[in-house]
Amino acid sequence: MTGKELRRRRREQMIEENGVIYLDNVSKSYSKGAPALNGVTLSIGKGEFVFIVGDSGSGKSTLIKLLLRELTATSGNVYVMGNDLTRLRHSQIPKFRRNLGVVFQDFRLLNDRNVYENVAFAQRIVETPGKVIRRNVPAILATVGLAGKYKAKTTQLSGGEQQRVALARALVNNPSILLADEPTGNLDPKNSWEIMKLLEEINESGTTVVVVTHNREIVNAMRKRVVTMKKGVIVNDEEGGEYLDED
Amino acid sequence: MKISSLFYTIRQGFANIFRNKWYSLASIATISACLFLFGLFYAIVANFQHIVKTAEEGVSVVVFFHYEGDGKDGADCGPHVIPSEQRLEEIGQLIAARAEVSEVKFISDDEAWKKFTEDYYGDSYDPAGFPENPLTGMDSYEVYLSDVSMQSALVTWLESIPEVRMVRYSELTANTLSGVNLLIAYVSLGIIVILLAVSIFLISNTVAIGISVRATEINIMKYIGATDFFVRAPFVLEGMIIGLLGAALPLWIIYSIYNYALSYVIERFTVLSGFLNFLSVDDIFRILTPVSLVVGVGIGFLGSFSTVRKHLQV
Repeated sequence: MTGKELRRRRREQMIEENGVIYLDNVSKSYSKGAPALNGVTLSIGKGEFVFIVGDSGSGKSTLIKLLLRELTATSGNVYVMGNDLTRLRHSQIPKFRRNLGVVFQDFRLLNDRNVYENVAFAQRIVETPGKVIRRNVPAILATVGLAGKYKAKTTQLSGGEQQRVALARALVNNPSILLADEPTGNLDPKNSWEIMKLLEEINESGTTVVVVTHNREIVNAMRKRVVTMKKGVIVNDEEGGEYLDED
Repeated sequence: MKISSLFYTIRQGFANIFRNKWYSLASIATISACLFLFGLFYAIVANFQHIVKTAEEGVSVVVFFHYEGDGKDGADCGPHVIPSEQRLEEIGQLIAARAEVSEVKFISDDEAWKKFTEDYYGDSYDPAGFPENPLTGMDSYEVYLSDVSMQSALVTWLESIPEVRMVRYSELTANTLSGVNLLIAYVSLGIIVILLAVSIFLISNTVAIGISVRATEINIMKYIGATDFFVRAPFVLEGMIIGLLGAALPLWIIYSIYNYALSYVIERFTVLSGFLNFLSVDDIFRILTPVSLVVGVGIGFLGSFSTVRKHLQV
């Protein structure tokens, strides 16, 4: 068995035993103040839909950054798709991130390019052949309800539409995990619900979805697994849970 | 990297220039302004140096030899060793072999007299007034120097030759020219270094600001899973194209101005062209073109490369 094969098996075994996302007693401290995460252990299985909720400063954003390998843990281990992120070299990060789809509150679209280009861009990065891109992009735009707007500049779209473009971009490479950081933070209730409905559909097709949110109404209505964080620790983790009150 | 990705990168490099046209224009303008000043100064300094060098090359040392009957007027002519024709030729070869000598001309006594009469009498010269050549026996060598600062060393050496009766030279001219040359060299080197340093600072800052504005774009690419090379390549290409355009524009302007100024001076001030020898456009651009292009493209490359690197740590 080759080294590559061995590593692949180890990753599969890790996913089987601990899920696609596994934080093992993870702490993260910045230079000043209390640790942003303090001994967090969390396991998210393949195909799960998980809300991560908590007030500002609870450690949600740090958690997302650790999962994206934007930050490294001060102690403990972070595993995503069986990869030990604490051991990942800088040159391995791009390939690792291609397993993830990411959606941000501020959409983070390339505003000087049109809708099609924004989505196609994600495929170009992974060197998908042009023919395949021309087939995939319209299909994914149709999935998020933007089939007719592929030529529009992103600045001409509403907030909801921009988030759909971001969602299409995150999904076009068929990621195993979708991380959404406050995806409805800049949207009105109607658009928020539409985005959440899309996320639910994506999850139903097998993608693991992790949503960091403040939106109490959505969390309580969707009845998914809810991980509540406070001051860097997980205070509640409940399947079909609710957004807990502050105290 | 796949061929399609390579073409995509190249396309993006060009497209970025148009997408960020104001930044591109500002960068090209900054690079052009810096390299224009640099080029203009270089053209002026190179001409100064050339004029001084030409003047240096015109400075000659004249060597006279002992002859039958010299010292009759009571002048102290040292030991009286009269050179044979063969020895005269040999001395000529020895002088020509010296490193600081660029040219040696033998002037026979008859040639010397002919030149004298032409210079002082012109057409009114009457050979009857001088039945004999008054300069008989005064054969000489006119020695031209490639490095005028070596004149005094050459003169000392010439004076040590027993056959040499007298060496005529102007110490003041040599010292002045050599001093001016040195001054121009130091001042121009100093100014060129300062201009280049300012250019590098301004250009790399412009490139850095232009890229920093697009830090979000780089950020997005990194989150999606782009490799550092994939992110960096279009920016670096963009920086190099901007550097190239920024360098080419002032070259073209200086070429036109210089060409025009040169023909204007030659046509309108013909008297100047008699003693001021300007460099041709080709002479100037033989150095200026590669230097400007290397500075423009090089700074475009290095500026964009290092600035993008700062934003890649995501």
